[in-house]
Amino acid sequence: MQKVLVLLFLAWVCFLYYIGIVLFTSGFLLTRLELTNQSSCQEPPGPGSLPWGSQGKPGACWMASRFSRVVWLLIDALRFDFAQPQHSHVPGKPSAASLPFLGKLNSLQRILEMQPHHARLYRSQVDPPTTTMQRLKALTTGSLPTFIDAGSNFASHAIVEDNLIQQLASAGKRVVFMGDDTWKDLFPGAFSQAFFFSSFNVRDLHTVDNGILEHLYPTMDSGEWDVLIAHFLGVDHCGHKHGPSHPEMAKKLSQMDQVIQGVVEHLTNDTLLVVAGDHGMTINGDHGGDSELEVSAALFLYSPTAIFSSVPPEEPEVIPQVSLVPTLALLLGLPIPFGNIGEVIAELFSGGTDAHPHSSALAQASALHINAQQVSRFLHTYSAATQDLQVSELHRLQNLFAKASADYQQLLQSAQGAEVPLQTVIAELQQFLRGARALCLESWARFSLVRMAGGAVLLAAACFLCLLASQWTTRPGFPFSPLLLTSVACGLAGAILYAGLLAATGLKLDSVILGTAAAGGSLLPFLWKAWAGCGSKRSLATQLPIPGPVLLVLFLRLAAFFSDSFVVAEARATPFLLGSLILFLVAQLHWEGQLLPSKLLTTSRLSFSAPTGPPRHGGTYALRLGVGLLLCTRLAGLFHRCPEETPACHSSPWLSPLASMVGGRAKNLWYGVCVGALVALLIVVRLWLRRYGNLKSPEPPVLFVRWGLPLMALGTSAYWALASGAEEAPPHLQALVAGASVLLPRAVMGLAASGLLLLLWRPVTVLVKAGPGASRTRTILTPFSGPPTSQADLDYVVPQIYRHMQEEFRGRLERTQSQGPLTVAAYQLGSVYSAALVTALVLLAFPLLLLHVERISLVFLLLFLQSFLLLHLLAAGIPISTTGPFTVPWQAVSAWALLATQTFYSTGHQPVFPAIHWHAAFVGFPEGHGSSTWLPALLVGANTFASHLLFAVGCPLLLLWPFLCESQGPRKRRKPLAMEAETRGRFEEEEEEPLMEMRLRDAPHHFNAALLQLGLKYLFVLGVQILACALAASILRRHLMVWKVFAPKFIFEAIGFAVSSVGLLLGIALVMRVDGAVSSWFRKLVLAQQT
Amino acid sequence: MKDTDIKRLLYTHLLCIFSIFLSTFIPSFFLDNFSILETHLTWLGICSVFVTAVNLMLYLVVKPNVSSKRSSLSHKVTRVLKCCIYFLMSCFLLHVVFVLYGAPLTELVLETFLFAVILSTYTTVPCLCLLGPNLRAWLRVFSRNGVTSIWENSLQITTISSFVGAWLGAFPIPLDWERPWQVWPISCTLGATFGYVAGLVISPLWIYRNRKQLTYKNN
Ligand SMILES: [Zn+2]
Ligand SMILES: [Zn+2]
Repeated sequence: MQKVLVLLFLAWVCFLYYIGIVLFTSGFLLTRLELTNQSSCQEPPGPGSLPWGSQGKPGACWMASRFSRVVWLLIDALRFDFAQPQHSHVPGKPSAASLPFLGKLNSLQRILEMQPHHARLYRSQVDPPTTTMQRLKALTTGSLPTFIDAGSNFASHAIVEDNLIQQLASAGKRVVFMGDDTWKDLFPGAFSQAFFFSSFNVRDLHTVDNGILEHLYPTMDSGEWDVLIAHFLGVDHCGHKHGPSHPEMAKKLSQMDQVIQGVVEHLTNDTLLVVAGDHGMTINGDHGGDSELEVSAALFLYSPTAIFSSVPPEEPEVIPQVSLVPTLALLLGLPIPFGNIGEVIAELFSGGTDAHPHSSALAQASALHINAQQVSRFLHTYSAATQDLQVSELHRLQNLFAKASADYQQLLQSAQGAEVPLQTVIAELQQFLRGARALCLESWARFSLVRMAGGAVLLAAACFLCLLASQWTTRPGFPFSPLLLTSVACGLAGAILYAGLLAATGLKLDSVILGTAAAGGSLLPFLWKAWAGCGSKRSLATQLPIPGPVLLVLFLRLAAFFSDSFVVAEARATPFLLGSLILFLVAQLHWEGQLLPSKLLTTSRLSFSAPTGPPRHGGTYALRLGVGLLLCTRLAGLFHRCPEETPACHSSPWLSPLASMVGGRAKNLWYGVCVGALVALLIVVRLWLRRYGNLKSPEPPVLFVRWGLPLMALGTSAYWALASGAEEAPPHLQALVAGASVLLPRAVMGLAASGLLLLLWRPVTVLVKAGPGASRTRTILTPFSGPPTSQADLDYVVPQIYRHMQEEFRGRLERTQSQGPLTVAAYQLGSVYSAALVTALVLLAFPLLLLHVERISLVFLLLFLQSFLLLHLLAAGIPISTTGPFTVPWQAVSAWALLATQTFYSTGHQPVFPAIHWHAAFVGFPEGHGSSTWLPALLVGANTFASHLLFAVGCPLLLLWPFLCESQGPRKRRKPLAMEAETRGRFEEEEEEPLMEMRLRDAPHHFNAALLQLGLKYLFVLGVQILACALAASILRRHLMVWKVFAPKFIFEAIGFAVSSVGLLLGIALVMRVDGAVSSWFRKLVLAQQT
Repeated sequence: MKDTDIKRLLYTHLLCIFSIFLSTFIPSFFLDNFSILETHLTWLGICSVFVTAVNLMLYLVVKPNVSSKRSSLSHKVTRVLKCCIYFLMSCFLLHVVFVLYGAPLTELVLETFLFAVILSTYTTVPCLCLLGPNLRAWLRVFSRNGVTSIWENSLQITTISSFVGAWLGAFPIPLDWERPWQVWPISCTLGATFGYVAGLVISPLWIYRNRKQLTYKNN
């Protein structure tokens, strides 16, 4: 198999995954751009005069205020039917007795019957996602918040858009808040007085409500407020705990009824009472999705003075929830928030019972007109900033607004207009407002179940492909290139078909759908192939041979994605699973009898049927490795950052930068430890390289390893010293310190980059010895008279040269009396691939380390130790097949992926946005980046996904390591031999030499197939993770924690997958580059020896 | 191997299960407020003592292993001492393993240690009774084709199922159900107990079902 083919095949699989992820994301995570523009009193939303009397009055803005004070009782999850008046005579409806939540809010019903011109009940139509935070944003900004509001600050939840609370504050109103502490995050410092209660424990029905009740009436009576907001959580928590059809719900609603009753009694005449639910709940008491029960909430308005000109209709009117925002703003004499797309409730502007019908209608029209002007201004600004909205529809709306506006102006000019055209203008304005809302809704607030399902199916198909194809690689002569070719052709055909279809129908091109068409098309040949294979002699079950216990670990890990508790606890669950897998591997090695010499076992183990050979290592070798791994894992777990969901947990203090430490001695000590870790890492790597003879040659990459790496370590520690003690520097050195803290990180990164380039340029650093041995080489090569003409010649010649070189080298070693029988290793050929990879990993690790806080260097040291131990442990269980096919077992790949996840957590990360290390963006750029966004994004991304990248690049080590360990086995076995016989040199030459990684080189076809298989297996393990995340997010989209836990987890997994897949391709490409360089090196050698 | 052997095995196992039952009921006659969950540590100690006692009794009565040709008193004493040391060592070793697996290092030390004790009771004590303080024999029993009798076979099964039970017991800990048995290490000890009982039940049945295939080299 060709090398290019392997890379192309993997790239194709990655492409399938990417399209699946993007398709799923486009259906699941709706995005919207947050505009930070503010409405202001001085700046009316459009041309034309403001309504009468508004300019003159003090405290009035776009309209004169009608109420000076508002009491807003927000009852979380107050579904519409909870508040619906119960007429006992209506047949066919469930009576209040059967359902405990019906008819409990009697005070609303009484008010509506006794004071019909004072109160209204509405069914408020909520936009999904029906989660409290999103609803609070909607109820204050008047917009349609989505999960990711682009441009929002991920580090905090504070609302950056224009909103009611901010307008109230800037108008000088005193806003008093009591209840759910979500408001504290959303509006930091906006309240004149606030009583926050934790919303964390959903099982606690009473703490928040009782806390509010303690403060509610005293505050109302004190009069120290203009707007009073009370957010009750009991009903919502009761729904989550017991569901709505539980006697507890009846009690809770009765309590709320008493609250409303009490507040009504305390109201003064200039006050408006708003009772609103933020969303509904399903029959199980959950919310978050878009089912009918979740999106219908109650909204009740009451004024002690009459404000409505008509009596309430029999069936309450349905209004969008966001209508409350412009209505409240205008009623309080505030400008409507800039991003509002709600429509004012016109009834409230009618002026009460005694108003003249015409002036009443005119007042409604003017309120609607201001509202329409504001929405039109918003649409204009928004469509200028982004391309989300449909252009044709936008154009239609603009025309509609222009006409309505012109009609309205005309109406104002003609002083005595008839009432009929006035109604037309109102209808036109309402039509425009509803159209605008529908337009925004279309692009912002709909889960697309089709896209989500399509994305999940595509991901599942890609996983299936990885699983099957990784089995196919071991089959000799499997036609991969035709499969790839037909796949690409079919994919292109699918894309062209879709584009043609679009061209025919004249629709807009959607790049996501285009990609889906291509991916779906390219999957067809594979599916056909799988189907054909399924029908033929092999059944599918025999093609999927993941061993049971590994399957169990993998399954447990995937099942954990479906439980919010386990996602939150993943930082602890992953080391547990990893430890289980490690001990299982050790136990398995013991079970297979590879740990003990066979004579210890009484039963005969000499039968040739046993597939495993004699033990290659000492008795406790694997046990020591396993315990060391567990120890490292546990130590790395000390660097633990707590998720915000578990208040009892304490984050490790070691995750804070040294600069935040007080106390000189401790700081200095820690600094020493960090530098020590850095030096230890360097020494470990150099020792490893030296052991395999990779530090001998004068090639540039070797020189770089010898001198460049210490230089990088020096730069890093100098930077740490500056960063941790910058404020302690004397004043005249400040400029120098500032300059150095810019230069040093950049220098280290530049060094790393140049090192990587050097490595790519000259990956083979084999020491070629020109000397007296040359004559003997010629004797071996005599059968070939000419230069090698074909690959077959080369394949034949190369092993001979190689063996000869070993021989020669051994002779030289014996002459110089140097110890150590590692003949091949000394020539570096035996570790040529892994040496390049390890060097690349170290070069990558340094810049990544620089982006973390100082003490994470200990984790990086542990990371290298852990992977080293794990590789040895895995290698102990993998028998070396001498000629191929080479395979990497599933448990190796799973353990590697688990290790990557564990390192993600132990480097102080959590899959939630507030936990991102933003400081990484300022490493080397202390002044910020100006307007550029990709560079800080790259730095923060590199910080967050450092472990994904390192482990993905290092993935080919899983394949190489067993060959590397080959040199240990025979040595151990020989030791007693050496004791017995003095003439060891001559004697052993007859034995087969440890060819180490040259075995791979000798079977290039199997080597490439093994690389492909390794890549596919790793992609499979990562792919099922992202698939599980996607399924969890879509199945649990009504879950309380979907936006807090599952959706962020999906996003982190998706980005992590992208990083890992790119890293994997890079790692495999690096191995192939080395392979190519080795080939050309051999070719050169052959040519040189023949002259 | 005869069916009588299997019968004896079954009866001894039933006795072990019975001892666990007793350990949950008998103390409530003597101790106030005794329950498995609330006075968990007491129960752990009592259960450990009961199971150890039954195992020793069975060892003395049934004598499943036919070794120990030398039977001088000093040899017996050293043997008993060795067994005690082995048991303690296994407790400490398991404690270390639990900590490595994520148990708290400085808090709840007594709880963790008692968990180690109960797990040692389920695993090490039967091993000591059956195989004596002979590490090589232990290693042999727990490797492929290393079993030489149905007693060893059942030992293998009960030990592995105890470990698996304890392992599975760790899974409910992160869940937010807020049940009293989710506290460390209650779910793990309960899991280990259930695993042990399950092993005791399963192993005679499994041996009985596979009695045709089971041939032991040394029998
Ligand atoms: Zn809510
Ligand atoms: Zn809720």
